[in-house]
Amino acid sequence: MTGGPDLLIVGAGPAGMSAAVVARRHGLDVLVVDEQSAPGGQIWRNIETAADTSRAGILGKAYSDGADVVRRFRASGAGYLPGARVWHLEPGPRAFIAQNGVARCIDANAILLATGAQERPLPFPGWTLPGVMTVGAAQILLKSSGQIPDEPVWIAGTGPLSLLYAIQLLKAGGRIAGFLDTAPSANLAGAFRELAGAFLGAPGDMLKGFGWLMALRRQVRFIGNVKEIEAIGNEALERLRYITANGRSATVDARLLFVHEGIVPTIHPTLALGCKHIWNAAQDSFAPDLDTWGETSVSDVFVAGDGARIGGAQAACHLGELAALRVAAKAGRLSRAQLAAVAAPVRKRLKAALAIRPFLDRLYRPRSAVFVPPEATLVCRCEEVSAARILEQAAAGRPDPNQVKAFTRAGMGPCQGRQCSYTVASLLAAKEGRTVPDVGLYRVRPPFKPITLAELAALDAGAVIP
Amino acid sequence: MFRKLQSLDEEVTVYVDGVAVPAEANESVAAVLLRQSPVWARTAPVSCSRRAPYCMMGVCFDCLATVDGIASTQTCLTPVRDGMLVLRQKGRRSVRP
Ligand code: FES
Repeated sequence: MTGGPDLLIVGAGPAGMSAAVVARRHGLDVLVVDEQSAPGGQIWRNIETAADTSRAGILGKAYSDGADVVRRFRASGAGYLPGARVWHLEPGPRAFIAQNGVARCIDANAILLATGAQERPLPFPGWTLPGVMTVGAAQILLKSSGQIPDEPVWIAGTGPLSLLYAIQLLKAGGRIAGFLDTAPSANLAGAFRELAGAFLGAPGDMLKGFGWLMALRRQVRFIGNVKEIEAIGNEALERLRYITANGRSATVDARLLFVHEGIVPTIHPTLALGCKHIWNAAQDSFAPDLDTWGETSVSDVFVAGDGARIGGAQAACHLGELAALRVAAKAGRLSRAQLAAVAAPVRKRLKAALAIRPFLDRLYRPRSAVFVPPEATLVCRCEEVSAARILEQAAAGRPDPNQVKAFTRAGMGPCQGRQCSYTVASLLAAKEGRTVPDVGLYRVRPPFKPITLAELAALDAGAVIP
Repeated sequence: MFRKLQSLDEEVTVYVDGVAVPAEANESVAAVLLRQSPVWARTAPVSCSRRAPYCMMGVCFDCLATVDGIASTQTCLTPVRDGMLVLRQKGRRSVRP
């Protein structure tokens, strides 16, 4: 090893910070790199500065809870590089990062990817118009910039985040023109079976969720069972059209539309590294294949948090702790027996934190148009490739995402398929009667984050350029 | 399209296509663009239609703009600095060091 840290952690959200604290407790040399300018991840974004403002009251207790974790992380003695992008990874493990216009390479004894989740891509006609954003984006603007829409917004989506943001927005004095609930009503039957487990395991969260729903239904126009939406406008959003599952449709004036269909693990880094992935059917997403400590198929590379499976902040903290314990044990800081003893209570808390998930996964399973959008929809936002053109490729005998990419440029733009790879796979699967895991995703090539030529040129001479 | 809940603390000035606009130290450039009218950051490469920040967390790349001379900067990941020059970006990215 070349004097790098014992453990390099990518991401300073719940999982990354908790892992850093535990790894430091066991005497490991830890370095945390993070894309944001302050610790907290998306869930606790900007918590250090927002904690003492009126925003904290609006954002609620689950947000304020992050302040403690951030404090412990700051006090842990872990090295911390904010504003740093990891753009390439190699077995070894070795990470290439760029920060302040300079690229460099870091060898570590172990790497923990705590890179969290992204919102599930949810293509629909008009979703590229200015005025259409994700609910997550709107919430980030509230957390990090203290800003809210200056006119009534439409919210269309499912999942706890849509509800939570709607409640926060009302508290902040914002206005909601209407809430289009897109969860298929058929989900209820499946969710009902998980209801008892969720109530026993997480009574507080369940009551909170129902409370939000009731409050929202009282205060804003609420339209359920919405099956399709379309954003209409020239240079920006002007109108919104929606159709419900029972055939009711309407077109309304709209300047702002926030959409959300849940979140999926960030898998670009593990795809680029060649880790084995599995299909998580309950969450309709791929995830890295991990052992019970979070280690991937590439040795000494771990994943923890929502990047492993969607489980929320609490579960993410525990997954981070487990990975850190395992790394410490591998480094000889804990015996096998000690490892088992310290991990047991963490596993118990993890189980409790995940109790509500089966219920949420079923209740908020996205409607089919999220996966297979109407033909006119731009699937690839970057290169402007429609669903119809993807389907043409399948008809022309090119059933592989990489072939489709080569022929249409879909997935070749700056986002490198982050917004279209699932949709391309779903379209090809639907057309050919296959499944998404069978079709698979695009290959991911380095760099998986943009890097400038100047940054590359500054890479230390000894490092291997991929 | 968006407004601040409170008056700016630690006010700085950034220039969006040459126009001086107030901003708050350390907020993202994309957040500032979302308070301008009309809201957009770049145009799409084929249709040339306008795009605005969509995800605010670095995954959609529709917030790309030229910031202090560096093309295709993800403005949602870039904190503002006093005197920063932001140019909305047209068409395909140009490769510039
Ligand atoms: S707004 Fe999506 S990458 Fe910046």
